[in-house]
Amino acid sequence: MKRFEVTWKRRLNDNMVWMKIYAPLVAKHAKPGQFIILRTDEYGERIPLTMAGHNSEDGTIDLIYAAVGRTTMLMDQIEVGECFADIVGPLGKPTHMEGLKSVCVVGGGTGNALAYPLACGMKDAGVDTYMVEGFKNKDLVILEDELKEHLGDDHVFVVTDDGSYGEKAFTTVKLENLIKEGYQFDEIVAVGPPIMMKFVCEIAAKYNIPSVASLTAYMIDGTGMCGGCRCKIGGEDKFVCVDGPEFDGSLVDWDDLMKRSNYYKEQEAYDRAHVCRLTGGVRYND
Amino acid sequence: MINLVHSQNPMPEQAPDVRNKNFLEVCTGYTEEQAINEAMRCLRCRKKPCVSGCPVNIKIPDFIAKVAEGDFEAAYDIISEDSSLPAICGRVCPQENQCQGKCVHEVRGESVAIGRLERFVADWHAANFGDVEVAPVASNGHKVAIIGAGPAGLACAGDLINKGYDVTVFEALHKTGGVLVYGIPQFRLPKEIVAMEVAKLEAKGVKFVTDAVVGRAFTVDELMKEEGFESVFIGTGAGLPSFMNIPGENLIGVCSANEYLTRINLMKAYRPEYDTPIMHGDRIAVVGGGNVAMDAARCAKRMGASEVTIIYRRSMAELPARAEEVHHAMEEGIIFKLLNNPVEIHGDENGNVRSIECVEMELGEPDASGRRRPIEKKGSNFEIPVDMVIMSIGTKLNTLILDTTDQLEANAKGGIGTDDDAATNREGIFAGGDAVTGAATVIKAMGAGKVAAASIDQYLAK
Repeated sequence: MKRFEVTWKRRLNDNMVWMKIYAPLVAKHAKPGQFIILRTDEYGERIPLTMAGHNSEDGTIDLIYAAVGRTTMLMDQIEVGECFADIVGPLGKPTHMEGLKSVCVVGGGTGNALAYPLACGMKDAGVDTYMVEGFKNKDLVILEDELKEHLGDDHVFVVTDDGSYGEKAFTTVKLENLIKEGYQFDEIVAVGPPIMMKFVCEIAAKYNIPSVASLTAYMIDGTGMCGGCRCKIGGEDKFVCVDGPEFDGSLVDWDDLMKRSNYYKEQEAYDRAHVCRLTGGVRYND
Repeated sequence: MINLVHSQNPMPEQAPDVRNKNFLEVCTGYTEEQAINEAMRCLRCRKKPCVSGCPVNIKIPDFIAKVAEGDFEAAYDIISEDSSLPAICGRVCPQENQCQGKCVHEVRGESVAIGRLERFVADWHAANFGDVEVAPVASNGHKVAIIGAGPAGLACAGDLINKGYDVTVFEALHKTGGVLVYGIPQFRLPKEIVAMEVAKLEAKGVKFVTDAVVGRAFTVDELMKEEGFESVFIGTGAGLPSFMNIPGENLIGVCSANEYLTRINLMKAYRPEYDTPIMHGDRIAVVGGGNVAMDAARCAKRMGASEVTIIYRRSMAELPARAEEVHHAMEEGIIFKLLNNPVEIHGDENGNVRSIECVEMELGEPDASGRRRPIEKKGSNFEIPVDMVIMSIGTKLNTLILDTTDQLEANAKGGIGTDDDAATNREGIFAGGDAVTGAATVIKAMGAGKVAAASIDQYLAK
């Protein structure tokens, strides 16, 4: 097996792809909540991605991503037997699980891919774990069967914004309903778009339940060197890569985080528009 | 024969208004004639003060004598006895504070241009003997791990492989070279030169493992207990970029010099075939006065900014950057706003940088560093319109290795604690470079790597 070789690939829906990649150095010590930084090839940028799982015996890690940006489109071009240029990790602090009894993990959209290993990891650690999976519509639903198998059918709630599948509700509404129905959580974990995480953490605060948010940010090295991922936590500057990626949801300055997520917006739009329509992104210069 | 001219042979350079639009090397290097002429300026004084000024004690008068004779390969061999990276040091060492600062010529004129001669010799060797195959060194069977492929790690690896150790270098980034590839720009140190030095080490038998973050993928203790490494050298460099903690630092358009330089140098944002995103400012402020600030400012100019301003709170006399870098930056049109300190960065309604507000400073009594303390002039605030701000005010130490290595102790500054021989409190573990001292220079890190190599050799020979 070659370093960073794709060993398995499955399409979850039109955009979402699940890959297993041989990266034994990463897999050996990987824990739920940690991330990697990858490069598709010599010309690619370095992007961080939370691992969707790992197998330290096989030496593989799992990545689930939506092929919607230039780099993720290029990732989707890599087939089984082909290799990534670089995968480095595990980075960031693992999810804190000690002492927890009952947790509700709330995933939004592609965030469910990252919430999945986290929820499974919690369950494996003996935590009574519930999962609220939220999607825009039926076509985007992923990992429902996998989650139900791991957590139990009665521990997984799928909701869609338009009601085309599962219950018609936003994740925040579903979470609040569960709390009102008497479910006891001693922590709520939010993984998804910042705006969703912000509202999930507000619901948690409303019921005096501690919340944790898994943040994503621009970063280069993932070891604290560039400072690109800095965010305001409780008024202090923190680096997502070394201090996170998970933070106390009640302390996150969400407006600051959302503003900073637009840092390279224009260039990303340009890059996306300049993916070749014939090849789907294979480079001209390789 | 001695050349009695008081001034150095000038370094051939690209013209300022040409080079500030490209990333090619600024200094093009001496010709053979210029090198010989410069070498003849050396007085071969008996005390050799230059050697004591060199952190790795290169036999400077000896190699210069060979250059004067025109025997450049012999000069290269003399340098190689003490330095494993001459093409790099000839370019980036602050010679004016080291070897050249001690040259007796300094009393009445300019020192011998030792750095330029070192570079000439290294480049001459690469051009004429660069493709001569380097033979692998026979192994003595002792395994040594080096963490960090920057100047300290490369220097340590170079010395240890020559002594026959089985050396593996672990690097967190995807390329080897550390600050030499992510920090120092192409126009000061072409990356091809770093790659060549690394290739030479590889040919001798050094193994490089990129994409390996020690402290996360595996720990120092695991390397020693499970992977059979008898000794470990930690040369992980300086760490987290500092910010000023002033309002507006999280606006879009503010970044650390580390981030800006890494995107450009390591990830080649200046070349269209690379995907690396980068912010393109038109009017850019760079806060800080060190070499890193000069590098960031000169890169910003080359990336197309029309106005680049260095903002530094003390005066020209205290500016920590090398004189040559400041001189080059000025020639290239970088504006210096000295005795000014930023107090706030202002943004527009979309969160983009609009201006930087500064306050004027004056110098008071000397502080603990011996430099005169800058004091704010109350009410002197003014704004400079900019669309980007690059913070280059130093770094804090990264604690990842300290946090993950059993009972490894820190020094008073928060770096890894060592004695004069680079030994930490843990048996078999050595450290050096910025990871110990905080941000310093390439040559000091190399010097520390060499000290550690000698200590490791002594330790394993027991």
